[in-house]
Parts: sequence; C-alpha cells; structure tokens
Amino acid sequence: MAYWLTQTFNGLTFGMLLFLLAAGLSLIFGLMRIVNLAHGSFYLLGAYLALTVSQLTGSFLLAVLGAAAVVACLGIVIERLFLRRVQNQELPQVLLTFGFIFVLEDIALWLWGAIPTLLEKPVLFAGSLQIGGIVVPSYRILIVVVGLLIAAALWALQSRTRIGAIIRASVDDEEMARGLGINTPRMFTWMFALGCFLAALGGVMGGALVGMYPGAGFEILVLALVVVIVGGLGSLRGAFIGSLLVGLLDNFGKALFPELSLFTIFAPMAIVLAVKPTGLFGRA
Amino acid sequence: MLEVEDIHTYYGDSYVIQGVSLRVPEHAVVAVLGRNGVGKTTLVRSIIGFTPPRRGSIRFKGVEISRQPAYKIVRAGIGLVPQGRRIFRSLTVRENLEVASLARPPGRASRWTPDSIGKLFPRLRERASHAGVKLSGGEQQMLAIARALLSNPELLLLDEPTEGLAPLLVRELHALIRTLKDEGFSILLIEQNLPFALTLADHVHVMSKGRIVYDAPPADLMHNEAVKSRYLGI
Ligand SMILES: Nc1ncnc2c1ncn2[C@@H]1O[C@H](COP(=O)(O)OP(=O)(O)OP(=O)(O)O)[C@@H](O)[C@H]1O
Ligand SMILES: [Mg+2]
Repeated sequence: MAYWLTQTFNGLTFGMLLFLLAAGLSLIFGLMRIVNLAHGSFYLLGAYLALTVSQLTGSFLLAVLGAAAVVACLGIVIERLFLRRVQNQELPQVLLTFGFIFVLEDIALWLWGAIPTLLEKPVLFAGSLQIGGIVVPSYRILIVVVGLLIAAALWALQSRTRIGAIIRASVDDEEMARGLGINTPRMFTWMFALGCFLAALGGVMGGALVGMYPGAGFEILVLALVVVIVGGLGSLRGAFIGSLLVGLLDNFGKALFPELSLFTIFAPMAIVLAVKPTGLFGRA
Repeated sequence: MLEVEDIHTYYGDSYVIQGVSLRVPEHAVVAVLGRNGVGKTTLVRSIIGFTPPRRGSIRFKGVEISRQPAYKIVRAGIGLVPQGRRIFRSLTVRENLEVASLARPPGRASRWTPDSIGKLFPRLRERASHAGVKLSGGEQQMLAIARALLSNPELLLLDEPTEGLAPLLVRELHALIRTLKDEGFSILLIEQNLPFALTLADHVHVMSKGRIVYDAPPADLMHNEAVKSRYLGI
C-alpha cells in the first residue's frame, strides 16, 4: 500500500513539473499557432542557469528568479527576431524552433559540460516528512505547491482579468482581435516570454529532482507534447489534467514495466486521439 | 474622411481587387453592392489592414494608412463589423464588449463604455452574462455593431450586416444604421440587399470582378435596370 501511495505521489509530482512546461507550450500554441519545439531547451537552460546563479550566490530563490528572468528575456529576443518573421508558416516554424534545440543545447553543452549534474535543493526543503505512513521528500511537496499555485494564477489570469479576456479573444480569433484595435503582436511577445519563464521555472524545479544532462530538454519536451496533445491544444485545463495523467503514466510505466515505459505513455495517447482527435479538452 | 485610390489586393497569386477607388465623405453612408465573390469583403480587409493592398493608397482623415497594422488603423478611428459577425466564442456578451474597449489606448476618451452602450442595445444588457455565440443571429449582429462602436470609431465598415436576418430584424437594423448616421458616423456599407442599401446610402457603388463598374446616387441605380440585371442579378 505504501508503495502504491509513494508511486502515485511521485507521479503527481512529476506531473506538476510537466505542467509548468505544458502550460506555456499550450498557451503559445493557442495564441500564436506555433508548436515551440525549443520549449524543452528553455527548461534545460533554466536549470543550468540556476546552477550557475546558486553557485555564485548560494540562494535557491535567487537562482529560480534569475534563471527564469534570463530565459524569459531570451524568449522575447527569439520571438521578436525570429518567430515573428515566420508567422503562419508552419514548416519554417517547425524548422526554426527545431534548430533552436540544437543551438541552445550545444551552448549548454559548451558552457556546462556533459556530465550529469543535480541542482542542490533549497536547505529548507532538503528533508522529508512522514505523512500517513509514507515518507515524502519535502522538496516534492514544494513542487506540488508551486505547480498548484502556478495553475491557480494562470487560471485567474485567464478567466478573471481583463488581459485574460483579451487572451481568450485572441485564441478564438486573433485577426478579429486585431480588428478591434488589440496589439496582438505585442501580446504574443509577452505571452511567449511568460511561457519561457514557466519552462525555466520547471527546469529549476526539475534540476533538483531529476537533474540536468545533455538531451534532458528534448526528453521532457516529448512528454510535454504528449500532455498538450492529450489535454487538447490551447486548453489550460487540458494541460493540467494531461500533465497529471502523463506524470502518473510515466511513473507507473517506469516502475512496473521499465522496458515498456514509452509504450505506457504513447498507447493511452493513441487511444485518446482515436476517441477524441482534439484531445480531452480541445476544440476543433 | 476615407479615400481609397486605385488599390490592388492579392491573396498570394490570386488577384482579387483590381484597381478600386472610392470615397466616403464625412457623415455619409456609402454603399458597395455586388454579387457573391466579386471582392467586397476583400475591399473591407484591404481597408482595415488584414490584407493590405499591394499597390494604391488608402487615406483616412488625410493620413495614409495602407501600410499600417490593423490595430493602428482601428485606433485611428475605423470600426469593423465583419461579415459573419465573428463573435468571440469563449467570451460572454459583456466580455466581447470589454475586449473592444480595453483595446483602446489608455487615456483616450470614448463616447461609449460597455455600460452606457447598453442604452442603445437594451437586449445586450439583459444578456450580458450569456455566451456571445448563444445569442440569436440578430442579437449577434447587434453585438458585433456594439463591439465595433466601443473601439471608438468615426468611420464604420459594415460587411453585409443583413445577411441571414429575418425581415423584422432587418428593419430594426435599418433604423439603427439611420440613428448612427444621424449621430455623425461615416459608414461604408457592403450589401447584397438592394432596397436596404438604396434607402440608407447617399451614394452607391456596384462591384464586379474586383472593380467598381458603376457608381451613382441611389435614385439613379434604382431606375437603371441594365446595371441591376447585369451586375446584381435583379
Ligand atoms: N483568404 C482567401 N484566400 C484566397 N482567396 C480568397 C480568400 N478570401 C476570399 N478569396 C477569394 O477572393 C474572391 C473575393 O472574395 P470576397 O470574400 O472578397 O468576395 P465577396 O464579394 O465578399 O463575396 P460574398 O458576397 O460572398 O461575401 C473570391 O473569389 C474568393 O474565393
Ligand atoms: Mg463578403
């Protein structure tokens, strides 16, 4: 019983981590119709930057904020200088964002080397707690809390604020939003930056959980893409539910059928798509 | 107010607007008539900046706007009521209106707010918290017009507002456009409903295959059977 509880909790934690990536990926797709393949690389870059900042300052909080801010700025530059030029052109977008995977991961390799590293957990959350008969690392609790807070904040932003109404309008019909005077290009830049910020935040949280190594960004990108496809492109709720599902599937897959762990993720995805091609919460 | 001069607009290789010129004077209603597919909506898209013309000029209050992004053209004072209404489907009626008023740069006063526009459109006020797309066709058309008014325009582009409306609603819309005209708006009205356009417009244009083939005061078109049967199928 304790084993199952532990595995479930681990799956949920990993799902929360995935959510930080999937939320941005889904938001960016919903607004800009871009599948940002470099999203996982922003995750990895965030983790490595946090490593450097925490080595310099010794503060985990500064590492989180610094890394996420730098990656968000990088996102602004990439959106303005590159993505904006290939608006509504699918193939160039795929090639461009795919190209950024290599550029960013090579830069990471060059700056931080190829040896797998683990970010140091914040001292406050280095221990573990005894909850209901199982031992839970408090860092995993932190991840769940951060994930829930971000989910609540994004939900409130989208459904309770004026900016949120503008975002939803632009997801519905970007051209019409422009036709009412909304500067949608500028909003795209900010939302892209927000997505990058969340990816880097995920990277920092994940860097102290699963660590950083070359290719880690691509690995988590694949899972985040599964989340977004299963949950429905452009849907925040879909990203949340999808993340928890994929997190659990990934964890139980690896624990129970280690040699089939990809199958346990992709088979359910195929079934969801066969039954509902737009994903669980997606719209045609 | 609006001067369109010899514009040429393409979708990729497809050459749709082939040299159109027209003027909308201040406080006037100018109509453009024409059959399906002659390029009426493309003309509207050219003016609002969705599909900018490759050649030619569009001046609004004396300023060249044909190279500006759509949101700036709207902020300069042109309101769009698009064909098919294009109500935001995940927004309520109130949010549909708010989005337009939020788009206005801060500090710019407007004649209307989402609240005050309710006086002009009482039925929208009653349904403020409904989903915009759950309204009836007529109510959606009113919402599309109210939404455009909240972007604080001086010129309105109305693209086939009577399309799909029952006769009673068409009459209501007629009265509304008359009111807007009396309020001082300039209006470019795209229509296929001839009597509707003729009774509102100060000047009418007939379009065919991407060109203006006839323009005259409405009374002239009313009696010109040749133009009516050749270009409007009446
Ligand atoms: N996005 C587009 N891409 C390519 N061609 C288009 C596009 N939109 C319209 N067209 C073509 O341009 C031509 C003019 O279309 P437009 O919509 O301007 O006509 P319209 O006069 O508004 O017709 P309707 O009365 O049916 O609204 C048509 O042949 C149409 O097929
Ligand atoms: Mg049309």
